[in-house]
Amino acid sequence: MRFCASLFLWWLTLPVGAVIETYEFSRPELEVRYHQLVEELRCPKCQNQTIADSNAPISEDLRRRLYEELEAGRSDDEIVQGMVKRYGEFVRYNPSTEGATRWLWLAPWLFLGLGTLAMIGVTVRRNRSVETPRDYASDIAELLEETKE
Amino acid sequence: MRRLVLFIPVGIFLGLAVLLYRGLSLDPTELPSALIGRSVPEFRLRALGQDHYLTEQALSGRTSLLNVWGTWCPTCVAEHPYLMALAEQGVDIVGLNYKDTDAKALAWLERLGNPYREVISDPQGSFGLDLGVYGAPETYVIDARGIVRYRHVGEVNERTWAGELGAAYREALQ
Repeated sequence: MRFCASLFLWWLTLPVGAVIETYEFSRPELEVRYHQLVEELRCPKCQNQTIADSNAPISEDLRRRLYEELEAGRSDDEIVQGMVKRYGEFVRYNPSTEGATRWLWLAPWLFLGLGTLAMIGVTVRRNRSVETPRDYASDIAELLEETKE
Repeated sequence: MRRLVLFIPVGIFLGLAVLLYRGLSLDPTELPSALIGRSVPEFRLRALGQDHYLTEQALSGRTSLLNVWGTWCPTCVAEHPYLMALAEQGVDIVGLNYKDTDAKALAWLERLGNPYREVISDPQGSFGLDLGVYGAPETYVIDARGIVRYRHVGEVNERTWAGELGAAYREALQ
């Protein structure tokens, strides 16, 4: 019990491990967008971390660039596209619904569809195979008749 | 026909096995450059230890290698003698001194020799960011029109020069 409680407390402290440097934004909504975007961009060096999580120098640079571009009045889309131009689709943790990454979005639905079709197929076939039971008595009588001859 | 249906799970398994087996031999840190086939991003940065500025013009007019290095990077020390050898063979190399200080970089070139036609000084890493550099060393093949043709991440040595990197350079020469 105590272990579980301490585990839970440790889990609570996880977000504190995030990055420390702060930027002064001219408008509060820029800061909101900044915090959204740092969670959406992936660190190219330390893969599987967002640039918000990572303390790698390259993430620091990306965060600074992000800050500058936000202050310069670019839209979220322009900024993300700019990063994709430099680092490829790889930098997006929220992949595009176009191009090759479209399949990441479509595949679950495709598989769901295929599974549903397979399930319907199996059920229909099973229902059909439950036919009227065979009349074994007459079969046996027939066999007996044959052996007698 | 019924029988064939029974083989579907085996087929799915084999397909997955091949896919996952291939995944084992892929290196996830090897990212394709998004810049291949596009021109070098614009920049204007000081030449290392000098007063004049360099722009993307410095990278067109002839096929060259753009080598990203820093004195803080151990692999850059390892590849340096090979870059010297390439320069001696007449390969045109431009250096990008990435997130480094001029004093250290100049001392390094003094000590180990200078294989570079020009060295771009990028202490903030801003041009590196536009190039999509995520570590050093990285080496780009840039053709005479200033188009990025190939990106190599990691050491340049005999083996990599005999492989795709050298092949890309020779192809860009034509």
